[in-house]
Amino acid sequence: MSITLQLLFTGLGIGSIYALVALGFVLIYRATNVVNFAQGDFSMIGAFLMVVFAVDMGLPYWLSAVIAIAAMAGFGILFNYGVYYPLRHRTFLPVVISTIGASILLQNGVLAAYGPHPQSLPAMLPFPGIAVGGVFLDSQYLLILAVTGAMVVLQYLFFERTMLGKKLQATSQDKEMASLLGIPVALMIGITFAYSAVLGGLAGILVAPLLFVSINMGSTIALKAFAASIIGGFGDVTGAIVGGLALGVVETFGAAYISVPYKDGFAFLVLFLFLMVRPQGVFGEKVAEKA
Amino acid sequence: MTDATLSHPAPASNRGAIAGGIVLAVLAAALAVLPLTMTLSAYVLNMLMQAVTYTVAVLGLTVVLGYTGQLSLAQAAFFGIGAYAVALGTVDYGLGFWLSMVLGLAASAVAGAVLGLTSLRIGGHYLAMVTIAFQQIVTLVLVNSIDVTHGPDGVSGIARPNLPGVSLANAKAYLTFCIVVLYAVGLAVWYLRRTRLGRAMQAVRDNELAAGVVGVNTYRTKVVAFTISAILGGLGGALFASGFSYISPDQFSFAESVVFLTMALIGGVQSAFGTALGTGLLILLPEWLRFLKEIYLAIYGLSVILIMVFMPEGIWGLLERIAHVGGGRPAVVTPRPFRLDIPDSGPADILETRGLAKHFGGLRAVDGVDLKVERGSVHALIGPNGSGKTTLLNVLSGLYRPTGGSVSLAGRDITRLAPHERCAAGVGRTFQNIRLFRSLSILDNVLIGAQRPGAPAKGEAALRERAFEALGFVGLADKASELVGSLPYGHQRLVEIARALAGNPTLLLLDEPAAGLNPTEKQELVELLRRLKGHGLTIFLIDHDMAMVERIADHITVLNFGKRIAEGTPRDVLRHPAVIAAYLGEVPTHGAA
Repeated sequence: MSITLQLLFTGLGIGSIYALVALGFVLIYRATNVVNFAQGDFSMIGAFLMVVFAVDMGLPYWLSAVIAIAAMAGFGILFNYGVYYPLRHRTFLPVVISTIGASILLQNGVLAAYGPHPQSLPAMLPFPGIAVGGVFLDSQYLLILAVTGAMVVLQYLFFERTMLGKKLQATSQDKEMASLLGIPVALMIGITFAYSAVLGGLAGILVAPLLFVSINMGSTIALKAFAASIIGGFGDVTGAIVGGLALGVVETFGAAYISVPYKDGFAFLVLFLFLMVRPQGVFGEKVAEKA
Repeated sequence: MTDATLSHPAPASNRGAIAGGIVLAVLAAALAVLPLTMTLSAYVLNMLMQAVTYTVAVLGLTVVLGYTGQLSLAQAAFFGIGAYAVALGTVDYGLGFWLSMVLGLAASAVAGAVLGLTSLRIGGHYLAMVTIAFQQIVTLVLVNSIDVTHGPDGVSGIARPNLPGVSLANAKAYLTFCIVVLYAVGLAVWYLRRTRLGRAMQAVRDNELAAGVVGVNTYRTKVVAFTISAILGGLGGALFASGFSYISPDQFSFAESVVFLTMALIGGVQSAFGTALGTGLLILLPEWLRFLKEIYLAIYGLSVILIMVFMPEGIWGLLERIAHVGGGRPAVVTPRPFRLDIPDSGPADILETRGLAKHFGGLRAVDGVDLKVERGSVHALIGPNGSGKTTLLNVLSGLYRPTGGSVSLAGRDITRLAPHERCAAGVGRTFQNIRLFRSLSILDNVLIGAQRPGAPAKGEAALRERAFEALGFVGLADKASELVGSLPYGHQRLVEIARALAGNPTLLLLDEPAAGLNPTEKQELVELLRRLKGHGLTIFLIDHDMAMVERIADHITVLNFGKRIAEGTPRDVLRHPAVIAAYLGEVPTHGAA
């Protein structure tokens, strides 16, 4: 029993990271209809900003996190203007390739600056964790769960209760109508990129103490997050969160009971099964094209 | 291709094309033999080998993405399947190159077909997602199943093949062999675009919905395209493995699939030449940028963004556009008179529906409609906006599955048939918002209509003749080689009608054919419909222009809130109190839509 709970805790923790990145995917997809292949690199950039501020510059840890997150918002806007905005009237594929180019640029830009050796970051909380019953709750995982939970609540309030949130929703539903109603669509998309970069950066900052900070740390996370968002129902916000958590849990249990080397395969096996049986995902709706 | 022009003088541009082709062939042959005569460093040889084998694999993407519009992100996985088949077959099992390669191609084909069959039934980007999952699983197996694949260490000592009497063990000789294979594949891919299958693929890419309605089996076409692409991926991989004699799992990862995709798109994915150009460029670009030392890969990423910003159709797309400025050859063809081949036997009512219903959740868009359309008549369906007319037409042409009821065509139950099967059964249609294959010429659009399964015209020459007949009937034969996008709106409508007519339908469904036409064009449409009626074609149309409907319809059915509220001759129906009430708004308030 306690082993099951322990695995569940770990699974939800890692699943939260997938959920945050998946949310970033989904928000950009809803606003622009584009799958951003550099989404994982947002996490990588976030983690490296922490290395810059906390390790290289020696700033206090929490202050570094705040500056890094603010910098991610600015980075998201830059990304929008450099990678998406010039191609906004084009079809799906040129934009996708542009984000692939951005991913190569970001990874190798950081490589040029930091070299190939992975960096490490210390845990964020000053205690290793707490034991409840037979389950050890690692402090970093607790932090991940708490921050993810808070983000989900804040995001819900933001989208449902504020005017800006509603304008963003309107933009993602119908850009033409939104702009006829006087909503500055280009700005809304810029904000979406900023917020999505913040989510990705946050995931990177949170997961960094558990992994090494390396230039390709984002790639695996992004692929899992992408799988999570499809399982949840591509384009659905709740689906991204549920899909991310579920994937983290499946993967952790799979590694514990079935096979460690194939740990990364479970996510894709589940994705495969979903695409066969319920391609629209858990929360997705079937949409028929109108003739 | 040349058969159709036999009876007409060959256009001058054809002779130019033949001369150009000969020059190209001589150049190509020279290029293939060149490595044999030159002294090349091992480094340059490797780069050429990589460029050639990659291009074979990337040509697979030309077929699946460029021609058919389906995104695959597992080309490196298929490349890996081919490479590992040759590597393990020759090193571990002693099967020899040729047998190993055939097994590898078979494995790629089976994997491609299975993935395609399971993910392409529905539209959207499911293939992209399924291929990502497949790619990851292949990589994991290559890395972890060490007993079979040698794991992360990879496989070394892969042998090169022999041809009867010629040893390809020498790197230069093998490179020449690969170049010859590349030419064969490139030529086949280039030619595919001009075949029945190639046109069907492009129809699916441009407008999948319309493709089904004009008789293309969209599902099968997509699966075939993806399977071809998987086989080409495997072939490229097989050549690659022997070329380098050592392979390891990281050469076949997701990142490599992304590289393949980028190569195809940078060059111009809709053209075999573009694909080759893009592949060569992306292999050379990092080499050219090496002087930038640490940041060369970052600059490479930046170049990819810049190319997409300034040349979103790829480099070849841009070159083609420059070459085509002021181009466009006039086709000098006088088509034979149009004929329709309609069986006169069978029931008097060519179309019959019983209790036909289509509900969207609680909305009863079509609510138990009984309809009989008499053979050889012009039957109009009218009704206020939102009364369910287009929904009814979509159910008739198979785009929507009915919630209840049945549809029969000439006594045959077609309720469960897919759109392309209904087209084969004799149902043609046009759309309210024109759905043409926009990147194709007018002729190709109509050819796709002519090649529907079961149509009388067989063979390329007969198909072209048939397409010209249909174009001649609507008066557009002289514009056959133009792109549909360049035509005025009214002419686009006529192309859509010609596309349906070329397939020799027995029943033609027209969704608001007069919408957006000026009075002269409307008059021409009325005359066109009368001529069609003269050919014995049954026409079922929706329109809002009552004056026009009154002039051409023999019979009118009026729909309101998904139900039939009146039926009869134009005279009676247009004076029916319920019809007047429906149009003037004195509608009983129940059953809001």
